[in-house]
Amino acid sequence: MKRIQTLQTRDLEQSVKVGGCGECQTSCQSACKTSCGIANQQCENKNK
Amino acid sequence: MVHQYKLNGYNIVIDSNSSSVHNVDPVAYDMIALYQTTEAEEIIRQMLLKYGDDPTVTDEELRVVLEDIRALEQSGKLYSPDTFENLDLDLTLRNSVVKALCLHVAHTCNLDCQYCFAAQGKYQGERAIMSLEVGKQAIDYLIANSGTRTNLEVDFFGGEPLMNWKMVKDVVQYARSRELDSHKRFRFTLTTNGVLIDDDVIEFCNKEMYNVVLSLDGRPETHDRLRKDIHGCGSYDVIVPKFKKLVEARGDKEYYMRGTFTHFNTDFTNDLFHMADLGFSELSMEPVVCAPGDPYAITEADMPTVMEHYEILAKDMLQRKADGKPITFYHYMVDLQAGPCIYKRISGCGSGTEYLAVTPWGDLYPCHQFVGETEYCLGNLQDGITNPQKQAEFKQCNVYSHEECKTCWARLYCAGGCAANAYHATGSITGVYEQGCRLFRKRMECAIMMQVAEAQED
Repeated sequence: MKRIQTLQTRDLEQSVKVGGCGECQTSCQSACKTSCGIANQQCENKNK
Repeated sequence: MVHQYKLNGYNIVIDSNSSSVHNVDPVAYDMIALYQTTEAEEIIRQMLLKYGDDPTVTDEELRVVLEDIRALEQSGKLYSPDTFENLDLDLTLRNSVVKALCLHVAHTCNLDCQYCFAAQGKYQGERAIMSLEVGKQAIDYLIANSGTRTNLEVDFFGGEPLMNWKMVKDVVQYARSRELDSHKRFRFTLTTNGVLIDDDVIEFCNKEMYNVVLSLDGRPETHDRLRKDIHGCGSYDVIVPKFKKLVEARGDKEYYMRGTFTHFNTDFTNDLFHMADLGFSELSMEPVVCAPGDPYAITEADMPTVMEHYEILAKDMLQRKADGKPITFYHYMVDLQAGPCIYKRISGCGSGTEYLAVTPWGDLYPCHQFVGETEYCLGNLQDGITNPQKQAEFKQCNVYSHEECKTCWARLYCAGGCAANAYHATGSITGVYEQGCRLFRKRMECAIMMQVAEAQED
């Protein structure tokens, strides 16, 4: 039986090579304004 | 670094450096916890002892699990080393550009919310309204300092921006007129308390605003306790019908009902559920930011209840989704596959570099929460950055500049957190706001649990 299920996640090592295009939203701009993180930000790099 | 936790019946393992997420059974959960410190034979002995009553837990099976763990380690998805810290050096040397401005179009407000970090919109200063001239200068400044970036963001903020509504519309029109020649695309956000929303505001916002953030704290008694008008009357009855009308007309464009919770409503999920009952589905609820001694501050004794309610919310959201009536909670919106690149995860929120706040008279600050802290004034629209040393502090502020982040499993989901919160809590932007960190980690545990639950369903 399979006891470990690994979720699909972004390959961060690969994203080092692609580079940061910076087109994404700034972290605090959308809704929080007081307790930002970046986990809920979408990547806008079309070439990733 | 590996973080393990149990939530809602799931055994979850997060490999911090790769941000890999594993949903495991109790046996694998225990074995992963032992793997780096205990010999294989000893792990097997302990597992057979603990799970001896389970016929599926055999010596042979346990060796297969050990092989799976080893394979994950070798593929960089468990116990992975931090290979990103050296990128930090490149980030501090980077020639960053501005891509977002928070325009303080009105340092005044028609509400008198007791917990307002902007001190009733005045930011410890005088009441002021931004002129159209300053607004246009801000747009020009953003275009001129945004390099090759295409997407630019402008947030109309206050105080209450609708108290300077004509100027907001004129600035939008001006920015639109510059899009073609500058090869830029503006995304506008309006953050409002709703009091002055009318048909003109609704029509314009739904045409031009990429996002609207509508301030509602939830249940009438919660909202009216702290969000009062200048006569001391609660504002719930005035704003809720307006918010409903705006959202109904908004179609599928982005909006957030954005609440603040305090010591007085640590059961804040009931406020979110109230918003859902009103028909709002895009929700955000933030812990109050204030001095620790304020009567509404979240206390240490409040923390267990707050933590419990983050869990209640996550479980409820899964149920609502299963029932076909999903709601969105801003902090639980995690896309594990299409989320930020490593540069974003390291470099932080961008305050003081990519993101600046503009006061009504055109001064530049690292973000809206620093406005009023005069030593943090970075410059102004006419002269640009006149305090490069202060800006350099923000450029160098990233996830690796916070000592506490180096041992935190959630650092690549948070990027070092809010510089303003760190400054107000510790006096340094490279400090950490410890209560905020604990709440953030809890929210991430809940958000990732939801991803695990949904992956299991698939």
